[in-house]
Amino acid sequence: MADKPRSFQEIILRLQTYWASKGCAILQPYDMEVGAGTFHPATTLRALGSNHWAAAYVQPSRRPTDGRYGENPNRLQHYYQYQVLIKPSPPDLQDLYLGSLEAIGIDAAMHDIRFVEDDWESPTLGAWGLGWEVWCDGMEVSQFTYFQQVGGHDCKPVSGELTYGLERLAMYVLNVDHVMDMPFNDPQTQIPLTYGDIFKQTEQEYARWNFDIADTDVLLQHFVDAEAECQRILDAPVDDPKTGLKIIMAHPAYDQCIKASHVFNLLDARGVISVTERQAYIGRVRALAKACADAFVQTEAGGAAA
Amino acid sequence: MPDLLIELFSEEIPARMQTRAADDLRKLVTDGLVEAGLTYAGAAGFSTPRRLTLSLDGLTAESKAVREERKGPKVGAPDKAIEGFLRGAGVARDDLEVRDDKKGQVYFAVIEKPGRLAADIIAEVLEKSVRNFPWPKSMRWGTGSLKWVRPLHSILCILSDEAGTEVVPLDVDGITSGNTTRGHRFLAPNSFSVASFDDYEAKLKRANVVLRADERAEAIWNEATTQAFALGLEVVEDRGLLAEVAGLVEWPVVLLGRIDDDFLGLPPEVLQTSMKEHQKFFSVRNPKTGRIERFVTVANMETADNGATILAGNQKVLSARLADAKFFWENDLRVAKAGMEPWLESLSNVTFHNKLGSQKDRIERIAALAREVAPSVGADPDLAEQAARVAKADLSSEMVYEFPELQGLMGRYYAAEAGLPADVAAACEEHYSPLGPSDDVPTAPVSVAVALADKIDTLTGFWAIDEKPTGSKDPFALRRAALGVIRLVLDGKSSVKLDEVVQFHSRALYASLVLNDRASVLNDSTLDEEHWILGANKAMPDGTILALSVPEIFERVDALNVSLSRDLDWQAIRITSAKVIAKELLSFFHDRLKVFLRDKGIRHDIIDACIAMPGNDDLTLLVKRAEALAETLATDDGENLLQGFKRANNILSQAEEKDGVEYSYGADIKFAEHDAEKALFAALDAADAKIVPAMEAEDFSTAMTAMAALRGPIDAFFTDVQVNADSQVLRRNRLNLLSRIRNICLSVADLTKIEGTS
Repeated sequence: MADKPRSFQEIILRLQTYWASKGCAILQPYDMEVGAGTFHPATTLRALGSNHWAAAYVQPSRRPTDGRYGENPNRLQHYYQYQVLIKPSPPDLQDLYLGSLEAIGIDAAMHDIRFVEDDWESPTLGAWGLGWEVWCDGMEVSQFTYFQQVGGHDCKPVSGELTYGLERLAMYVLNVDHVMDMPFNDPQTQIPLTYGDIFKQTEQEYARWNFDIADTDVLLQHFVDAEAECQRILDAPVDDPKTGLKIIMAHPAYDQCIKASHVFNLLDARGVISVTERQAYIGRVRALAKACADAFVQTEAGGAAA
Repeated sequence: MPDLLIELFSEEIPARMQTRAADDLRKLVTDGLVEAGLTYAGAAGFSTPRRLTLSLDGLTAESKAVREERKGPKVGAPDKAIEGFLRGAGVARDDLEVRDDKKGQVYFAVIEKPGRLAADIIAEVLEKSVRNFPWPKSMRWGTGSLKWVRPLHSILCILSDEAGTEVVPLDVDGITSGNTTRGHRFLAPNSFSVASFDDYEAKLKRANVVLRADERAEAIWNEATTQAFALGLEVVEDRGLLAEVAGLVEWPVVLLGRIDDDFLGLPPEVLQTSMKEHQKFFSVRNPKTGRIERFVTVANMETADNGATILAGNQKVLSARLADAKFFWENDLRVAKAGMEPWLESLSNVTFHNKLGSQKDRIERIAALAREVAPSVGADPDLAEQAARVAKADLSSEMVYEFPELQGLMGRYYAAEAGLPADVAAACEEHYSPLGPSDDVPTAPVSVAVALADKIDTLTGFWAIDEKPTGSKDPFALRRAALGVIRLVLDGKSSVKLDEVVQFHSRALYASLVLNDRASVLNDSTLDEEHWILGANKAMPDGTILALSVPEIFERVDALNVSLSRDLDWQAIRITSAKVIAKELLSFFHDRLKVFLRDKGIRHDIIDACIAMPGNDDLTLLVKRAEALAETLATDDGENLLQGFKRANNILSQAEEKDGVEYSYGADIKFAEHDAEKALFAALDAADAKIVPAMEAEDFSTAMTAMAALRGPIDAFFTDVQVNADSQVLRRNRLNLLSRIRNICLSVADLTKIEGTS
């Protein structure tokens, strides 16, 4: 019987310890605004090419349209995902995953854990994979995906990706009904803090800004700028005159792609993108993601011969 | 005669693919074995979330040896010819035999194909089947190149007979076959070996796996209904859900749970949909109140606490889901009770189709059309229009946003909450029907009027923008819409003049698009003169508008009576004459009607004979005529009359062509010589007297019976009388008499369209 964690952060710490023990590099969150852990270059770019890879990390994620001013028990515009990417996907990935649930106190002998079909597709990243959403007693606790394509490139070898929605998973494990009531640190400690102590006010602030205040003209300009900068970075000659090295700047270009994607999400929350325009914007971000992927596979990390 | 057992063990196979996959495996393997010369007595496929299984019994132990002789070229034939023969036969030149033939010496190839052991064939066939398996979606994993629905872990492949069991050795992309499998993922994860199918199924059951999907489904259903019955409740039947749930578990454990009292006030359909879509729960109903009070979830697990933790978790998830639903419902009720105005307004921001305007534009059009068709389906025009205006309001509701499949139904609830008449509320739900060929057709007149208007707007709109179905492509489901119109009209025995209705609506459609776009049109300085004349109002250089009313615009377009195919780039409407749209759509309706009636046993040529008659846009009338004609032609008299008509028509047509005149002057009885001729005159007079008033009264049955009664006199006439008499006077008179036969018959239906029967 696994003992129960007592706080949100303990769940995160246990996942970190577990995946570290399974050989993953424990990375830190990417320092940009992203919609999901998949956007971290440690997943998007590292899923490409032939080099082997194993990484796990927490990624703060922003979904401006999901903001509810901190009132909804389950919905947040800023939340955390825990992300694991292993390439090639090991044959026992399902068992490894189940081991991680045990590590955070979910005893498989007492629960009903199921792998229910859910194919994953990211139109903005030009990526797709097959897998499941994992159910624990009827609740979706993770996404489990075998990446088939990213940025329009076939994934060879295939990466196995695990994504845990941390708040929801933790609420279940800690038996909390409203996310804001969830203990963030140990409730027995000297200064106990709940999730709400830390994020209630920020949810309100960001919800207001996302929905009503964000300057859409400025955002539209940011989108165009990021798009142009991404292209400019990729168009730069490979040979760096200063160092004499060949340097393909796949990561800086990809940062601009991430930026464009987030700006698009903000514009969407502001309600200024019509249904027809939506597809066009997504197509523009996808074109950037694809160009970055094309560049990355030319680099050493992307599996090109050094 | 050995038995073969194959199991392909993988990570979780999507529930929806399992049954088909078990069938595909059976078919691929048995086809392959038979093609390689083996036979078998029986085969059965099975599936669980983690395995596809094939059991095959009475397999032949080896394929028969085959010896084939092929005759080749003559000795001394060119080398190229001989080489070609060798390639085809797959033998070497030294192996050829020379034999004497009638024409000299000829090469013969003797091809010996030895028999092969079943195991060799199986290994080959199974590998091929795995590599070419028709999964709807498949994937790679790890470093391999093999594709399967999810990672494939092991292959069990054994042949067993009285003497024992042997593994059929094979290797697919590094996965080697064996005689072992595993049980339930959590309850019995260890591997074990099996010796035969019976042994396999029994050991699986001990390892908490029920192999047969139907057995799992039955167990689920029995247990669920038993538990519900004990509480005086009943499980809401849902076969699709049952099949899906049976594909999500290897060891079904049925748990019955409570729905929080807070949520029992939600409409039962909302509870049911939310539970089914999100959680795959069955609904449990109180038969006395009709309310959904409990749920059944099916776990894949037995636990020490008899599922208490699992059930508590599921209940908690359900409460969160239903809290959302309740939030939507309460928000929606506020809007509904206040009259739904914000919903209707927001539909102006929802595009129906970029060339056909917003949902709000569409609602305006449907409302006007519903009013127009209301009298012909017995509906009150005011109610029909009112219903059409609110019928799609629920598309803006939060509940329908969350559960699109509840559209219409929620509309009904909300219209009732808004205090609208019951007929209007019913129309909100029923106007989408009928959706498929077996779907119920609404009968309430207001619902019928709105349903017709909805479908005719769709058809007219997509016709006007040239998005007609072609071949197998029908992205806007226009065939279904046309069939809907047909069934609505026929079921209600309504007299709807489709030609007029479509023309009326085409004009309204253009008006709605042109008028709504007026503002943008006026601001568009790039428009040239031509567009204005065709499309809209003319802005004078000083900015004033030379108003062309919409009827005037259509007068101009209609005067041309053609399809102009001219893009008005500001709106991209292809201005087609309303008459052309109506004509094309009518012929589309007729095509769909033929398909519909063919299924009801009425031949297409009979329908063609009736379509050729006036009033063919009134489908009820058309079908009535077709049914009467089919009935008449099925009688002996009708069949013979048809022959008589054809004979009369042939003789007459030939004579008319030869003489270059039309014989349509009244025949005169005073030139009648024979009794049979005089009798025909009398019979035609009598028939006329019956047919004319019957046709006026649309009493086709009486008219056709009277027509069929002409059979005797016509037959007698042709027996006794020679039409082409020497006397020109007699000949002309008799041809004119035939013309009367033709006219009488053609006044009932166009019998020339009826195909000859032998």
